[in-house]
Amino acid sequence: MAHRGCRAMTLVETRGTIRIDSERCKGCELCIPACPPRVLRMSEGRNTRGARVPELLAGCTGCSACLLVCPDFCIEVYQYAEPVMLEAVNASESGSGDNEVTA
Amino acid sequence: MSSDRLDVLDTHGRPTRVSTRVGEFEPKLLLDGEHDLCPGCGEPVAIRLLLEVIEELGYAQDSIGVIGIGCYTAFTGLIDVDLIQALHGRAPSVATGAKRMRPDKLLFTLQGDGDMVNEGLQEVIHTAARGESVTCVLLNNGVFGETGGHMTATTALGQRTKTSLEGRDADYHGYPIPIAELLVPLGGVSYVARGSVADAKSVVRTKAMLRKAFEAQIAGEGFSLVEILTMCPTGWFIPTADGPGYLDEVLGEVHAAGELVVGGKPVGKGASG
Amino acid sequence: MTRTLMEGSEAIATAAVAAGCRFFAGYPMTPFTEVLENFGKRLPAVGGVCINAESEIEAIGMTWGALATGARAATGSTGQGLALMQESLSEITRAELPLVVFHMARGQGDYYQATRGGGHGDYRHIVYAPIDVREAVELTELAFDRADHWRNPVQIYGDYLLAHTSEGVEFTADPFVPVAKDWAVDGSLGGSGRSRNINPIGMQKGSKSIDPESFWKRLQVKHDQIEASEARFESESTEDAELLVVAFGSVARFVRHVVRELRSEGRKVGYARPISLWPFPAEALAAAARGTQRVAVLEQNAGQMIDDVRLSVLGSVPVVGIGGISSDSAGFGMGPLLDTRVIRGRIESALENLEVST
Repeated sequence: MAHRGCRAMTLVETRGTIRIDSERCKGCELCIPACPPRVLRMSEGRNTRGARVPELLAGCTGCSACLLVCPDFCIEVYQYAEPVMLEAVNASESGSGDNEVTA
Repeated sequence: MSSDRLDVLDTHGRPTRVSTRVGEFEPKLLLDGEHDLCPGCGEPVAIRLLLEVIEELGYAQDSIGVIGIGCYTAFTGLIDVDLIQALHGRAPSVATGAKRMRPDKLLFTLQGDGDMVNEGLQEVIHTAARGESVTCVLLNNGVFGETGGHMTATTALGQRTKTSLEGRDADYHGYPIPIAELLVPLGGVSYVARGSVADAKSVVRTKAMLRKAFEAQIAGEGFSLVEILTMCPTGWFIPTADGPGYLDEVLGEVHAAGELVVGGKPVGKGASG
Repeated sequence: MTRTLMEGSEAIATAAVAAGCRFFAGYPMTPFTEVLENFGKRLPAVGGVCINAESEIEAIGMTWGALATGARAATGSTGQGLALMQESLSEITRAELPLVVFHMARGQGDYYQATRGGGHGDYRHIVYAPIDVREAVELTELAFDRADHWRNPVQIYGDYLLAHTSEGVEFTADPFVPVAKDWAVDGSLGGSGRSRNINPIGMQKGSKSIDPESFWKRLQVKHDQIEASEARFESESTEDAELLVVAFGSVARFVRHVVRELRSEGRKVGYARPISLWPFPAEALAAAARGTQRVAVLEQNAGQMIDDVRLSVLGSVPVVGIGGISSDSAGFGMGPLLDTRVIRGRIESALENLEVST
């Protein structure tokens, strides 16, 4: 597990974000591979249903792909007026190995 | 839930930065987004598209839906559109009667493969051939989801169900029916397409198909059908995350996505048959 | 009002259209076929629709859709076709849609089907059995009225004779005024939070669950109310009768004629006819049977209505069957029993022996 002291600091352009109704989520994981910039991953913790829910890392483009595939209507999508640079997770932890914004 | 790691963003509330909301939790025409369908089910995704298209076409207050019997029937209490609940398989006939009395309204059916292709096969074929100005929406997951995973008339060869335990075997169980292809040669048909909700691109394409189907109805061009392949990880006995891949590899193999009839004319694969 | 000579099937369709029926779907089958033909001739002229459906199952489905939008609508068939429709006939009752069914049966063997139904679950249809074309016109008008009033199916149970006999009939001059149906779907309530769902399972908008028990109990209360208020009955010469002959539909027309004949000859015979087969006019029939020595049921089947007659008199007087299965060579129910001489013979035997063999 990475911790703040020993990982590479990267800043990635982040053009949007999502809001997750984590109590509605049933933990199906369909949003994870649907995300083009690969900035969603499943949490370690669980909601009151007992489901693991997605969590968002820096680099969201506000493209809505996660919302489009979500069967449980638990994602809302926002696009920022101005892109911001946010601290990114270590590449090896993000799953796809690529934090590049593609959308 | 805790997300105390600095690299995980807070997604609980609205963003604090200046931003525009570009996608809402549930479609406007749902009274409540909380539902009881299984994790990873594709049906709510398709229902979202259907309701968004009705809303975007400006037909929210000029639409009547006729709902079949299946897991999606649980949504009839939540869909904020005037509805008629039909019996298993009968929705196209019910929609016919309603449309003939209310020709100015958008009439759609919402049916599963067990409903449309098993119990009500003749209804959809006759309704199409009559050229009824209705749009039938088929949610095809190749399995009876509500009864717990049994073989339907669209179950793909090799697909395991509780009544085809070793996988559907053509010699023993017969072949799946590709309903969209079956409708192609019929005279009354204006638009037929098959989409899927396996991934975001397919979802966007499928939404465009629904829009075209409804536009054909509004233009008075005749019958339209949009078949939507949906995941049923519960009835496919696989993890939810494997649903989209299974859909593409197993169901998609028999029921290929694409438009088959546009403007009353066969196009693509369906045309060659 | 003028009297017009008209065949039963034409008179029924004419009466239905006059009563505001604007949609009909049916599948041809003898002896119902001409009812469908006549709707096909009449409905387009008044802006209505008649569909020659691809099957009986689809016919009732189409009618279901038309009814849900608030239109007055009907279907029909013979007993065989209605057998195919049974799932819809039971569930449409639970969806509380005012369906009118024109059943032109092959004889009277579909009494159980009409009054008990072959469908599933607890449900009831009002069933009227007209004695002749004139009464069929009246009952057709009444059927649409009662169907709307109760939001419950009503069946007109006729036969080959009713559908194909020409009689002088009159139609009411009153133009039909559409009834406001605050339960129907017209598609206008989407997005309002008040949209509707016409359904047979008690599903409420805003809810994910159903409560079938309370829903079905509410329907039972309605059916109890119908049973208590909608029975129709006709009787003659019952006061000092020793024998009461009970019959329904076309057969009753022969029976009534014979009873009148026998009465004019001084024989102590009475006549009783349930006009509504459900609700069955049990009280009226029991009153008519009081003081008689025997009740004879003359129906053109193996003995079906006799059950209801027995349930009505509750053992206070012996009940015997003096009818029986009787058909022509095609199976359309035009059998040798439909003859006043044959029927007179049956009733005379019952009178003389007060013991009957069928």
